Amino acid sequence: MSHYYEERDLERFGEIGKYCPDLYERFMGYYQAVMAAGALSGREKALIALAVAHAVQCPYCIDAYTRGSLEAGSNLEEMTEAIHVATAIRGGAALIHGLQVHNAAAKISI
Amino acid sequence: MVPFAQRLEHLGYAELKASQVNILQVNLGWRCNQSCKHCHLLAGPHRPEQMEADTIEEVIRVVQRWSLPLVDLTGGAPELNPHFEYLVDRLHELGTHIISRSNLTVLLEPGKEHLPEFFRDRRVELICSLPYYQEEPVDRLRGPGAFKKSLKALRRLNRLGYGQKDSDLKLHLMYNPAGAYFPPEPGPLEALFRRELAAHYDIHFHHLYTLLNMPIGRFKEYLQKSGNYERYLGRLMAGFNPATVDGLMCRYLISVSWEGHLFDCDFNQALDLPLTPGLPQTIWEFELPTLRTRPIHLGDHCYGCTAGTGSSCGGRLVEG
Repeated sequence: MSHYYEERDLERFGEIGKYCPDLYERFMGYYQAVMAAGALSGREKALIALAVAHAVQCPYCIDAYTRGSLEAGSNLEEMTEAIHVATAIRGGAALIHGLQVHNAAAKISI
Repeated sequence: MVPFAQRLEHLGYAELKASQVNILQVNLGWRCNQSCKHCHLLAGPHRPEQMEADTIEEVIRVVQRWSLPLVDLTGGAPELNPHFEYLVDRLHELGTHIISRSNLTVLLEPGKEHLPEFFRDRRVELICSLPYYQEEPVDRLRGPGAFKKSLKALRRLNRLGYGQKDSDLKLHLMYNPAGAYFPPEPGPLEALFRRELAAHYDIHFHHLYTLLNMPIGRFKEYLQKSGNYERYLGRLMAGFNPATVDGLMCRYLISVSWEGHLFDCDFNQALDLPLTPGLPQTIWEFELPTLRTRPIHLGDHCYGCTAGTGSSCGGRLVEG
């Protein structure tokens, strides 16, 4: 398995709809409604999606929302800042769990 | 790939025809002081192609004879044609509305510094290339220093009244992507450009148009070298939007090359795809009644004008 993630697979997303098409259609309808401009602009949503793509480390989403952010008019400075937000939240989430360590240790320590 | 003509045939356009000729787009030559990476014409400082005086006279005669309401001057950098000012003067005397497309930096070239005032005095509408509101993407696309020079030229135009609120000296900006991706929706991008250019540089403009990079010329070379060509074409084709067909610019304008040859658009000119055989082929044969409903010479590059919300020299074609 030389490439687990194939770049062109993103274009095959629709094939997921072959099975459980009703669920797929519902998902896609929801997805498109979420990503359409609303209280947040399309540009802001693309930047959020880019940050989340890094948090969930999905290569397809990173490709899609790098392009999506550029096509919404964002620049690399804004996109990198968005990634730092994901990084900060991921890092902070790890760190705050340090308290669980302290709590667990306290529970079994004299 | 489904050929573009076949795609239209399925929509009921066995032959796509022009609706009118409201605009004569005049390409004054391929010489330019810049060599932008997205240029569909491979224009640059060393290109010798320039429209000559006798062709310019014929352009003027055609505009007068057929009372064409709008002439759109392009290039290369149209300002570098030695007969540019003569042409603008004559068109102005005829009362024709003149749009001139400027790369902005040419206005700082030696011997061209007077052009902002020249434009103002002849009420020329300007469409100026500015691919982004920040330096890095602009210089990457247009060459080092292009952004700062563009700002300098825009400030001069603004000082003369161009681009100011309620001014009839129209100054529009033209965005195009700095890579193998499509342009954003113009509305939010225009707001972003307006905010950023005003806040950082005190620069003002009327509208921002967005133009898709056509996969031909120097931009095609980039797409091929970077391995993006097939995917870019695939996305153009997949994005085909039938709603754009009514507004396609080839249906409302005719393009004349530096040699005086007629084309359906500047892209066909770049690809040397002449008007359909049997039609007048040069400015000397221009016959409005024949040309206004002419069949359009289609190619697969036409997918570039019909993807998504469409693309034209005046921006997108339909609402997103």
